[in-house]
Amino acid sequence: MKKILIANRGEIARRIIRTCDRLGIETVAIHSEADGELPYVSEATEAAAIGPNPVAQSYLQADKIIEEALKRNAEAIHPGYGLLSENADFARKVTEAGLIFIGPKPEVIDTMGDKLGSRHTMKQAGVPVVPGTAEGVSDIDAAVSEAKAIGYPLMLKASAGGGGIGMVLCENEQALTQQFDSVKNRAKAYFGNDIVYLEKFIANARHIEVQIFGDESGNIVHLYERNCSVQRRNQKVIEESPSPDLPESARTKLCEAAVQAARAVGYTNAGTVEFIVDENNDFYFLEMNTRLQVEHPITEEVTGVDLVEWQINVAKGETLPGQDTIHTNGHSIEYRIYAEDPKTFFPSPGTLSVLKWGTGARIETGYEEGNKVTPFYDPMIAKVILTGASREKVLEKSRKFFDETAIEGVKTNLPLFDQFIESKPFIEGNYATAVLAQWLTQQKEEKTV
Amino acid sequence: MKQLTASMAGTVLNIAVSEGDSVSAGQTVMTLESMKMEIPVEAEFGGNVEKVDVEVGSFVNEGDTLVTLGE
Repeated sequence: MKKILIANRGEIARRIIRTCDRLGIETVAIHSEADGELPYVSEATEAAAIGPNPVAQSYLQADKIIEEALKRNAEAIHPGYGLLSENADFARKVTEAGLIFIGPKPEVIDTMGDKLGSRHTMKQAGVPVVPGTAEGVSDIDAAVSEAKAIGYPLMLKASAGGGGIGMVLCENEQALTQQFDSVKNRAKAYFGNDIVYLEKFIANARHIEVQIFGDESGNIVHLYERNCSVQRRNQKVIEESPSPDLPESARTKLCEAAVQAARAVGYTNAGTVEFIVDENNDFYFLEMNTRLQVEHPITEEVTGVDLVEWQINVAKGETLPGQDTIHTNGHSIEYRIYAEDPKTFFPSPGTLSVLKWGTGARIETGYEEGNKVTPFYDPMIAKVILTGASREKVLEKSRKFFDETAIEGVKTNLPLFDQFIESKPFIEGNYATAVLAQWLTQQKEEKTV
Repeated sequence: MKQLTASMAGTVLNIAVSEGDSVSAGQTVMTLESMKMEIPVEAEFGGNVEKVDVEVGSFVNEGDTLVTLGE
């Protein structure tokens, strides 16, 4: 493979370019008008302006992107994460154009992209799923009647949803009645599909996911787990590997279930199986992400594997190394730095007048000092990855790192990390997905007292 | 005349008020979309809508007038 087009932007485009450079593969970057100044564009071997700022007119222009790849003699397209990465039609079109799509087969993306479909597939494969409706619930009467069987509290979810959009926690029948139409409408508006279903709400749950990989010869391996329970608005903020407070026996079962899930769909390339894990370490399949995950670097840090390199190798038809060659060492934590108000979480676009990083971290960022964080895309400025021999060592390094780091020009969630990493639940490591919201509420209360 | 301005850059997703409406402080008058997030714009003060200065789909910069309110 000599040339790859990267159908993405910012930090992930840069991350992919880095591996390609090391492997001697040329890269083609695509960019919108607003992104022309970003570092990834000049770091790629070639760059193509793809359209105006809104993603629908630029990064989601599947045909235009494929055309560009063909024109520039690229042999493969790496979709990164988000944007077109989990779009089965795009994967299909890429293949039909005679190019290699660096990811799983379109049929697998289709199956796993539909939450109800993937629940069904997993259940058949013997992977535990969260108790809930097998089919979509068509109207509020059906929802209320199904809800009685499942019990409250429950989650109302869009089958086509993702990224934290299209799901609502309903504490009781009144909440379900109030939310039903709005979730259905939002699902229609965002995902073009208004099928919704109900799932039991698992209290004090942790979100733990397993990195898996499959090759064309049918080999499936896992690269252990990541705990992604520190979230806001159902989106991840801090991830760590290995997961604290998870017994070895539970870890083994979880990783085995992930491999079983991947095998059930004949998975190829990089994927992530997300589980929710309850207080008794019982776990349930949540969803599968059929792409490279944002938080993949922590897995790279503890396993020593370059996941992008593996993606390219598998796409070329190479065989994966055996499971017995994959080990983890030490501990790694990723902090996602967002351009947002640390209290309200509202976005804060602007120019990064100061961008000074502390020492000792792997920084994955799409920006340099002086760049603009525009309102058109995701508010993530950077991923900060800190690794050490133990979790305690990583926390020590984190404190030092945040002390030395300064970002000016936009509001960021840096102040939140500074304090949150000193909180009891985070230090103890036995936290659940509600931890950040609970901690913020507690902070507010302490201030008013 | 008082003006409600955008606290951040973004695209107007929907508008909840029209000319002649009376709004009270704290009421949501429109929703902006910025960085993949919907941000409700609340009236900082009450009044009668004299003019809606933007349309659905307009791109606004921080400080741009969204709605003009009269007494």
